[in-house]
Amino acid sequence: MGDLTLANVTKSFGATQVIKGVNLAVNDGEFCVFVGPSGCGKSTLLRMIAGLEDVTSGDVRIDGERINDLAPAKREIAMVFQSYALYPHLTVRDNMGLALKQAGKPRAEIAAATEKAAEMLDLGPLMARRPSELSGGQRQRVAIGRAIVRTPKLFLFDEPLSNLDAALRVATRIEIARLHRELGATMIYVTHDQVEAMTLADKIVVLRAGRVEQVGRPMDIYNDPDNTFVAGFIGSPQMNFLKSGPFGLRSDTLGIRPEHLEISASTGQIEGRVSHVEKLGGETLTYIRTADHELLTVRQFGEHDHPVEQTVWLTPDQSRAFHFDAEGQRLRA
Amino acid sequence: MSTARHSTTRSLAAHGVLILYTVIALFPVFVIVVNSFKSRRAIFADPLALPTSETFDMVGYQTVLKQGDFLLYFQNSMIVTVASLFFVLLFGAMAAFALSEYRFRGNLLMGLYLALGIMIPIRLGTVAILQIMVASGLVNTLTALILVYTAQGLPLAVFILSEFMRGVSDDLKNAGRIDGLSEYTIFLRLVLPLVRPAMATVAVFTMIPIWNDLWFPLILAPSEATKTITLGSQVFIGQFVTNWNAVLAALGLAIVPVLVLYLIFSRQLIRGITAGAVK
Ligand SMILES: Nc1ncnc2c1ncn2[C@@H]1O[C@H](COP(=O)(O)OP(=O)(O)OP(=O)(O)O)[C@@H](O)[C@H]1O
Ligand SMILES: [Mg+2]
Repeated sequence: MGDLTLANVTKSFGATQVIKGVNLAVNDGEFCVFVGPSGCGKSTLLRMIAGLEDVTSGDVRIDGERINDLAPAKREIAMVFQSYALYPHLTVRDNMGLALKQAGKPRAEIAAATEKAAEMLDLGPLMARRPSELSGGQRQRVAIGRAIVRTPKLFLFDEPLSNLDAALRVATRIEIARLHRELGATMIYVTHDQVEAMTLADKIVVLRAGRVEQVGRPMDIYNDPDNTFVAGFIGSPQMNFLKSGPFGLRSDTLGIRPEHLEISASTGQIEGRVSHVEKLGGETLTYIRTADHELLTVRQFGEHDHPVEQTVWLTPDQSRAFHFDAEGQRLRA
Repeated sequence: MSTARHSTTRSLAAHGVLILYTVIALFPVFVIVVNSFKSRRAIFADPLALPTSETFDMVGYQTVLKQGDFLLYFQNSMIVTVASLFFVLLFGAMAAFALSEYRFRGNLLMGLYLALGIMIPIRLGTVAILQIMVASGLVNTLTALILVYTAQGLPLAVFILSEFMRGVSDDLKNAGRIDGLSEYTIFLRLVLPLVRPAMATVAVFTMIPIWNDLWFPLILAPSEATKTITLGSQVFIGQFVTNWNAVLAALGLAIVPVLVLYLIFSRQLIRGITAGAVK
């Protein structure tokens, strides 16, 4: 069991309001990812759920019970931090067992829980070491193990992978996804990496400046964004935003993903010059300077050659385009 | 840390400067120790000479030890220094933890207030302190000295330790809170071990002025039973005749305990002083 509800939650530091009224329901067993630009309040929101930060107003509920004033240790949550935050003076085994020891669990039970978590994460050979004798990836696995041992209602992750190198990040991401399947626990995961968000989440919450911009399943958010912010934030490379004027549309802005812009050397609707080409192996990204719009990105699969400064023509696939009004809100047909 | 390019000339020059400084700094100590083993005549005849079989004389040490209460003076100094050090570190660390860890109204003002003592010498308040001690009947007790030295050491301790504690990872403390550690456990088991180098730095800077102080023992606790070693040595310095053998021997002996304490802290101290630079 472990469903989380946030009702009109706000947070102020002194006079500045950082979280401006968040409503959210996370169901039991769901993997929920908070994404948003730096400083939008993801960590603050997570720390409020953990009880590390007071809630200025509103309710935080776990399983329907209001926990605003409950100490972090009483909330039956576990948290994994970006900086691992392992206790430097304890061995891996003691690091993982500490929470249960504090809760006064019998020794045999602690040992069993620790062994089980160690087995899940392949930590067996490391159990007697101290954190300083581990690599970054191993430390983060221990930190995840420490969270598992407590069998919490809610797992909280604050950018757990951002200190790891690219290969390790992919491996650990897959590990976290596997753990979520095996444990079936509710997880809340903060990241600014949209690949992590798209691949891990059952539900993505896009935040901007302390407000929720959109909540939904990854593909729903990708295919049906509510506004230009969400459309631009989810998807890489970023969506192109064209002025609608030249196309004779009633909307203000036309959003088109880079793969839905067709490039041609002879005919099309928008004239431009090739500014830069990036060949990524499987795909080619071409950046094109145009007179009416900003720099546009075209994504093609396979390898393509477009000489820099060549004049090209672009045609948006109108059936895949998104329309937005002057405030950036989506206009649905 | 050091640059990869090890230029021999540069390292020679650096070592030369450091050795020169060491010699200058140790010279007075050397003179004291050497002369404490010489006869009175030899001290004045050639102060820089090493003791030879002719000039060697333990009379200074004999006088000091015969003076009877010297062990007591030692003990008093030791008690006062160690107890003050303990309280400075304990209260200093606790105040620093509160200042660096908790957001409360007046946090900044409190920090400034506690640090103010660094700039205002406590001796300015001697008369008031003496009045307080008389009123509370603490004159001629070691407690009076311990209280005063604790007050004297706290500002620097709070200032240095709170700066270091701000550097301890928030995530670590928060992980402890989620795992159910009490604030006291977080302070004692997680934070204190991580600021050990800073504690050693504070310990050394607190300990030496206390051990060497003559002012407060003279004013607050000059009785025979509460004399400290620095005050005790003064009996050999008279207005007309000074027993130099005894003074030098007493000073020589007084160096030993401080040296021992310093050696205990020094490994940590080096890390403390260079913490910012080397990280
Ligand atoms: N203790 C604090 N006092 C005052 N302001 C704070 C405090 N903690 C955070 N803030 C402010 O709250 C806002 C949100 O911070 P938060 O750490 O939640 O951002 P974030 O979304 O996690 O960003 P990032 O992706 O960079 O980690 C920031 O503007 C930050 O300056
Ligand atoms: Mg953050």
